[in-house]
Amino acid sequence: MSENNKGISRRDFVIKGTVATAGLAAASVFVPATFAIGAQAKVKVGILLPYTGTYAKLGTNIRNAMMLRFSEAGNKLGGRAIEFVDIDSEAKPAKAQQLTEKLIKKEHVDFLVGPVHSVVGMAMVKMARGDGPITVIPNAGANQLTGVLCAPNVFRTSFSSYQMGFPGGSAMLEDGHKRVVLMYWNYGFGKQVAAAFKKSFLPGGGTIVEEIPTPFPKVDFQAYLTKLAALKPDAVYTFYAGGGAVKYVKDFAAAGLKKSIKLYGAGFLTEGLGAAQGNAAEGVRTILHYADSLDNPANIHFRSAFKAATGVQADVYAVQGYDAGELILRGMNAVQGDTGARAEMIRAMETSVIDSPRGKLSFSASHNPIHDIYLREVIKGENRVIRVAAKEQDDPATGCTMT
Amino acid sequence: MTSRTRNLSLFMALVALVLFPLFGSSFYVGLVTRIFIVAIFALSLDLLIGYTGLVSFGHAAFFGIGGYALAIAFQDAAVIHIWQALPLSLAAAGLAALVVGWISIRTSGVYFIMITLAMAQMFFYYFFESSRFGGDDGIFLFFKPVLMIGSEDILKLDHENNFYYFALACLVSGYLFLVMILRAPFGKVITAIKANEHRVRALGYSTNGYKLVSFVIAGTLAGLAGFLEGAHTGYVNPSYMSWHESGVCIAIVILGGMGTLYGPIVGAFIIVLLQNFLPELTGHWQLLLGGIVIAVVLFLPRGATSLFPRIIAFFRSKQKIDPKGPTDG
Amino acid sequence: MELSFYLVQLLNAIQYGFLLFLVASGLTLLFGIMGIINLAHGSFYMLGSYLAYWLTGVTGSLWLGILLGLPIALAVGYLVERFAISFLFKLDHLYQVLLTFALILVFNELQQILWGTDVHSVPIPAILSGSFQLTENQSYPVYRLFISAACIALAGAMYWVIQKTRLGMTIRAGASNREMVQALGINVNRLFAFVFSMGVGLAAFAGMLAAPIDSVYPGMGDNVLIISFVVVVIGGTGSIKGAFVGAMLIGLVSTFGKVLLPEMASVVVYALMAIILLWRPQGLFGKVA
Repeated sequence: MSENNKGISRRDFVIKGTVATAGLAAASVFVPATFAIGAQAKVKVGILLPYTGTYAKLGTNIRNAMMLRFSEAGNKLGGRAIEFVDIDSEAKPAKAQQLTEKLIKKEHVDFLVGPVHSVVGMAMVKMARGDGPITVIPNAGANQLTGVLCAPNVFRTSFSSYQMGFPGGSAMLEDGHKRVVLMYWNYGFGKQVAAAFKKSFLPGGGTIVEEIPTPFPKVDFQAYLTKLAALKPDAVYTFYAGGGAVKYVKDFAAAGLKKSIKLYGAGFLTEGLGAAQGNAAEGVRTILHYADSLDNPANIHFRSAFKAATGVQADVYAVQGYDAGELILRGMNAVQGDTGARAEMIRAMETSVIDSPRGKLSFSASHNPIHDIYLREVIKGENRVIRVAAKEQDDPATGCTMT
Repeated sequence: MTSRTRNLSLFMALVALVLFPLFGSSFYVGLVTRIFIVAIFALSLDLLIGYTGLVSFGHAAFFGIGGYALAIAFQDAAVIHIWQALPLSLAAAGLAALVVGWISIRTSGVYFIMITLAMAQMFFYYFFESSRFGGDDGIFLFFKPVLMIGSEDILKLDHENNFYYFALACLVSGYLFLVMILRAPFGKVITAIKANEHRVRALGYSTNGYKLVSFVIAGTLAGLAGFLEGAHTGYVNPSYMSWHESGVCIAIVILGGMGTLYGPIVGAFIIVLLQNFLPELTGHWQLLLGGIVIAVVLFLPRGATSLFPRIIAFFRSKQKIDPKGPTDG
Repeated sequence: MELSFYLVQLLNAIQYGFLLFLVASGLTLLFGIMGIINLAHGSFYMLGSYLAYWLTGVTGSLWLGILLGLPIALAVGYLVERFAISFLFKLDHLYQVLLTFALILVFNELQQILWGTDVHSVPIPAILSGSFQLTENQSYPVYRLFISAACIALAGAMYWVIQKTRLGMTIRAGASNREMVQALGINVNRLFAFVFSMGVGLAAFAGMLAAPIDSVYPGMGDNVLIISFVVVVIGGTGSIKGAFVGAMLIGLVSTFGKVLLPEMASVVVYALMAIILLWRPQGLFGKVA
């Protein structure tokens, strides 16, 4: 029941980290040549993720997976021990600026990891871009983060909202659905997903019967589902997440719509929600850059390691956190822990090709991930891969001056 | 506490705050700037709940409107002139307060609490759902306001210390302004309304008119805080107006001590610092914050500043007794 | 759109209204009888949902879950009243707002400590899991009808208890003149503790009944809190009849607002409230203060 037996607590990591450092000092093994201050100075990794509220589980999984990656690497980045400064973002945009400022100006972190919420991400990236710490975004999907706000020191290991919509349009056409309704939470991310969907769906010959944006984060869908039923489309493409996704999928099934309208969505619709959605989710198709059942060695290793370390099943958010850890490791190892060699580190990070649990992960010129997008279907409570919906899906990075 | 000791301690506090940027790091200067902004916001609410007896649960709306007026008008501007932007924010917030106030002051008690909440929610959802003003993404500002005469910069707010002093000046002006109107006949009437509205009405005063003016002043002052917040962070979004912010503002006023003008400032220091440092102690810091607020309501309903006179009295009594020693020995 | 479309929407509206009434009835009870403005009402709704999730998981039956969960919710309500609310009667509404606001923070954290941060759901009991066909492609779950029936029964029972029984008489008397009832030898403190825990019980019961058609997630109480306040204020505080009419009105306006004015779906509800209060500041069935 309690949180303690499933998550790795922050304290555990700090203690383990300290023990590792003490061992290092005693044995005095590596002292990187380019690193002048001495082996005792730790790399500061600032984490700004939500641990309370609706997004708490996402934040916790991302942090735990990143810490798992670090502990697999001996809790050292380029030979230096790590100090974490971990802050609860509460996913509150109003506090984002203040908390980011704390990490940058007070704690002087070398790396900044976060956030989950796109709007928090905008405030955060706006402050960090340029001279700020090397920033790795492990979830927030707003296009702008690697678009107009892109910067050499800002990376993303998750997705852009474009990548959650564009491949959906072509995948539905390929499945033979021509008349489609779009339903999504009416806020920044939902609107971007819908816009990207239309970019592939309309030119491919599809028709949008109607767009039904619903108020965010409300979960009363009944009136909208009645409207959907009356429109009689072939299929519906949706964006909902968390509690809203559970409610939507259950209401959709309870309204008997599964028989006549095929339900599609961005992957969050069914990701990690199998237990809560139960039978209602059977047959729902979603697109995402990950699936639990991906049969590659990295995924098999990651899933068992994450389960062993935290006691909970890994999900796409954990994968994004794990890859954020890997990306920081790559950067720091390339410069042997010398955070002053910024250009060299950024170079190493942007050219990384990571053997991620999701498959091959590389980065675009705007530092957004390039990865395969899978079309998945819920079969017996599991998100199973039907096919690759888009090979090495890129992002147009509209407004980015780095491309 | 006599007014002399109060004024003396306020003056000393002001001197300390003026000197602070000389010693504090840039992070703490930014943090205290934020406290000033929150303090202005809380002061404005105190005029309503502490002096006029109007419990507004939607005060964050005017804070948000002050910020949005700045952001909407100047999002594409290369130079933001304070003398244009500030009056605009104040006017927008004041106008909104006039409309909301006109509707709300016809009700009282619980209804007033709820209707102000509902009106604020209306503004919140409008900015949140309408894509016109950036929706939930909010609006970014890429420049800080400046004060120019001709082409000469008098005051550039992009330096953290400048912003600090500007916010402090706003806080002091706001404080003095409230002192002034509370000493004026207007102030006597609104405090009388709080004590006994029927009697004031019986004396021939149009109480609703006074309440409305008070509401508009408070809204305008909240708009000033919103303007500063928007300018300071360079970013506004609908969550400025959420009912959580209104709730936190009430907490600040009561925690500090409502019905005094220094109480909300003390409250702003307490809450912002708690919000800043509690998360370092525990992941479940909101449990602590909630616990502290509950404790204050139950055991210290007149706020933290109500402790000051007691502390002073305590030391005074010690001073009196100690030097003399036991007299009956 | 055909006529049948609007008829189905009407059904949705009424159904939504019943759900709102279920949540708002406890709130209006506390408002009207105790003069307590309880912002933590949404938290008690959440408590109910989580209790239903937890106990249904343990016992395998929603009915057993509700049966075991209700006493827990009532006990929580009793403790909160004894240790916090009871100190507030003599103070201004302001302190109630602040204290119950702080309770929201506390309950949200406690929920995370006890049940974690996952999204959960509660299965619909097998006996009510069916549905019937409304239009050619839309069907309607029986469980939703069951909730409506439960609401009607509950509304009737509340009305009966408060208007017709001795207990109700005492409660009403205690509300209008605390000292007088005290002087008559009735323990008003105990009475109010009882009423408060009933209010909490109603919120929790609403959360339990709604759990199978809602999802159970952190912060879910915030979503229902404000809208139930709107219902109570429109109807007139303390009036069960008012809460019922208010809930139906909001159900209608919100449902048809979504259909006809999708851009303004959330705004129309608050606009309705403002208009009604302009016309009748005390709400539709409220007594003039």
